[in-house]
Amino acid sequence: MYKIAKENLSALFRKISETMGLYLPISSAGQTNFGAWAEDADVDLTTLKTVKSAKDTFFPQSENLYTCTTEDKKITVTPEKLQEEDFVVFGMKGCDVQGIEVLDRVFLSEPVDSFYAARRNHGTIVALACNEPENSCFCNVFGIDCADPKGIADVATWDMGDFLYWNPITEKGEKLTAYLSDLFEGADDTAVDELKNSIHNIVDKLPYSDLSLEGWGGDALDEKFNSPIWEELYKPCLACGTCTFVCPTCQCYDIKDYNTGNGVQRYRCWDSCMYSDFTMMAHGNNRTSQMQRYRQRFMHKLVYYPANNDGVFSCVGCGRCVDKCPSSLNIVKVIKAFSKEAK
Amino acid sequence: MCECNCHENYNLDTLIPKVGIITGITQETPDVKTFRVNAPQGGKLFEHMPGQCAMLCAPGISEAMFSITSSPTNKEYQEFSIKKCGELTSYLHDLQVGDEITVRGPYGNNFPVDTELKGKNLLFIAGGIGLAPLRSVINYVLDNREDYGTVDILYGSRSADDLVKLEEIQTEWANAENVNVHLTIDREQEGWDGHVGFVPSYLKELNFTTDKTALVCGPPIMIKFVLQGLKELGFTNEQIYTTFELRMKCGVGKCGRCNIGSKYVCKDGPVFRFDEIEKLPDEY
Amino acid sequence: MQELITRAKELLENGTVSRVLGWKVGDMPYNPEPAFFDSADTLDNFVYNGFCGANLSKYMIEASTLEGKTLVFLKPCDTYSFNQLLHEHRVDRDKAYIIGVGCKGKLDIDMIKAQGIKGIKDIKGAEMSDACDTLTIDTIYGEKSCAYSKAMLARCHVCKGKEHKIYDELIGESKDTQDQERFAGVEYIESMTPEEKFEFFRNELSKCIRCNACRNVCPACSCRKCVFDSNKFDSAQKANVDSFEEKMFHIIRAFHVAGRCTDCGECSRVCPQGIPLHLFNRKFIKDINEFYGDFSAGETADGDRPLTSFTFEDVEPSIVSERG
Repeated sequence: MYKIAKENLSALFRKISETMGLYLPISSAGQTNFGAWAEDADVDLTTLKTVKSAKDTFFPQSENLYTCTTEDKKITVTPEKLQEEDFVVFGMKGCDVQGIEVLDRVFLSEPVDSFYAARRNHGTIVALACNEPENSCFCNVFGIDCADPKGIADVATWDMGDFLYWNPITEKGEKLTAYLSDLFEGADDTAVDELKNSIHNIVDKLPYSDLSLEGWGGDALDEKFNSPIWEELYKPCLACGTCTFVCPTCQCYDIKDYNTGNGVQRYRCWDSCMYSDFTMMAHGNNRTSQMQRYRQRFMHKLVYYPANNDGVFSCVGCGRCVDKCPSSLNIVKVIKAFSKEAK
Repeated sequence: MCECNCHENYNLDTLIPKVGIITGITQETPDVKTFRVNAPQGGKLFEHMPGQCAMLCAPGISEAMFSITSSPTNKEYQEFSIKKCGELTSYLHDLQVGDEITVRGPYGNNFPVDTELKGKNLLFIAGGIGLAPLRSVINYVLDNREDYGTVDILYGSRSADDLVKLEEIQTEWANAENVNVHLTIDREQEGWDGHVGFVPSYLKELNFTTDKTALVCGPPIMIKFVLQGLKELGFTNEQIYTTFELRMKCGVGKCGRCNIGSKYVCKDGPVFRFDEIEKLPDEY
Repeated sequence: MQELITRAKELLENGTVSRVLGWKVGDMPYNPEPAFFDSADTLDNFVYNGFCGANLSKYMIEASTLEGKTLVFLKPCDTYSFNQLLHEHRVDRDKAYIIGVGCKGKLDIDMIKAQGIKGIKDIKGAEMSDACDTLTIDTIYGEKSCAYSKAMLARCHVCKGKEHKIYDELIGESKDTQDQERFAGVEYIESMTPEEKFEFFRNELSKCIRCNACRNVCPACSCRKCVFDSNKFDSAQKANVDSFEEKMFHIIRAFHVAGRCTDCGECSRVCPQGIPLHLFNRKFIKDINEFYGDFSAGETADGDRPLTSFTFEDVEPSIVSERG
């Protein structure tokens, strides 16, 4: 365990930036999102949840795949460069870290997505414990300990008032720590243990911390799919993409072409299964009603994904959808509606 | 290019297409053309298995999944039989020999020609352009004749003019050893002395014995009634395979569109056995 | 609230309406959701309190296609939206039974959290029957309180008034909650230099994640198929392929709803990135007022609209450059 005085954090950020990219929560126009560090950036480590998750840093909302140019009927395909520079994502919360783990199972499974894989190879994750988890948080339901973010995190850190405590977890984390070692001093774990206890006390009292996932999972297909409850649940849905775009685990994407005037740029961008044109493809549309689309989103997170991934859910309980849905719909209400029905 | 090794991944990422050159075009029917595709430097773009598909793209126009209709035993080129029915297919139909497109794939699973189907008597049932994916299997089977039992091919279309690959069917398939070809068209037509009637009813007339494995592809309505017909003849779900419509985008089971329940048609399919389909939720 | 439920049950049971469009109690005191109720017993989940901010007019487009009448509860400002939709023939008056519900200002849970109130378990003082001047908030850190007006949605500070512009009957008291100058925000931006304006909008709009929540919630955005969803043009970009993209989306949308926007404020309420989108629309409203005389879209369902009717007195387009 190491520590660094918080007033020295800008020196730490500067040092990282000397040789690597650095993404961390930055406040701009009143909202905090992950962004690239700059000397004048308004770094915000106190806001509990960034509006968008840290997903962008590994799976950007929009990224070019290749460019196609045609000359004399001859087509040339020029692939986009893969990530080559090392970078650090600083301040990811436990839920967002597990979110990346969920994405890993999609993008790193065969056939491996090389764009994503390159970013994962070059990225080091520095996680930050949540001192005061909020009403809409329920990460504990998915086995996440926001007081002690681990999983695929390379370093775990704790905001202890005047100091940031720093604990490398993986080899990558050790390497980063060694690079920054001049800035750290040794620390013992006692203070951090106290903080963890106080965080756990808060978690226990939060309204969603006892949410039950009983009945969900890969085996629940028919019963859940055919339930009449969906007809009731989807109705207020405005078919916007807020829930999917703020979600750390939503990974569905669209592949689109942009005519640049001297070629066609093939890019992929986040898409939302809530959008009416989501499943509109050259051969037809798979899901034509909003009920089907609404059902798809939750079935994917709570049934289909677990069926394909050893029972792991593709929700991490970050609660962003709970906070942001314009119609106050969210995954918690879906889970509760089914539990109520079961009783 | 930099010195690092990450560029090697380019060859691995299946979202990056290869350039394909059109080396042959056959007008099969008034609205179906078969395109022969090669790598610009010659040779095949990739190796595939019967039933697999590939994404064809006219850059800036559109991109869609098509089944590969040639057999992997064809060592020279790949073929795609494409019906003109939308923006991209109209564009493809206007292409000339020598024009280029981009191709990515092959995607999806294949008919289990080297496992479950080996040694079996095979019954192919196709309607219209639905012959395209089955033709790949048929030619594979004929080129490895000793590995399979009898072969029956039941193929129907709207009219005699709409039968795809008619010449190949009549000259090669019909004359192959232990192969029976049964052709039918929907309505009477001058010059046609073969069977007239829909595929499902012809299926029942032919009264096939159940010592066969059926491979079915055609319009959804045909599949529905063929399935019914096969059941009436005593076939079980485990004896029937089909291939789904190709409503896909990424081709690698990641973009999240083509799933039926937890199965991604582009990755876990497009070929499914009917007992597997029965387990899927009703959303296809 | 009980009065609303009782009346809704009556209207359902006597066959006047086939369904009720209102709000359903949430799983937390602050998150009720819009809901359709098809039977009297489901109305036990009906709720109407300070957190029922959603403007139900837009759902009436869909409800107008259903069999029978829909009882809809509209707040004073929601009735402007309904009138405007009526003017555009997007809702059917004969398919709606409108109960104008009282409103004392609607609440924004984010405004409560912004005051440092965390771990909220319960909120009291947001019922229709309450005086609506103080909220008592039970949190895991103890009891807190907060002035009702400090927890209101930004739009309620420029309330259009407590009068319902269209209804079949009225239930409940309303309060005019205006305590700010409606065009102050617009005037502040007008006073900026062009560079400052550009910087302001660039900062705000670069937060946009293209979730389309503003468009989908907007009662003026009632096109059956939005140009931004059409794959016939290069406009269906779901992401910002260049830095101009998100500006284009919002500017085109603002132009498209100009003269039709009732300033209901839903766009800003739902924006996950807190972009003050209403400022665009309000700028148009201010300009329309200045150029054509005071006009409030949705005040009536009939009558001419300044941007869709021509008179010889209309200002010339050059007014924009002349005015600077």
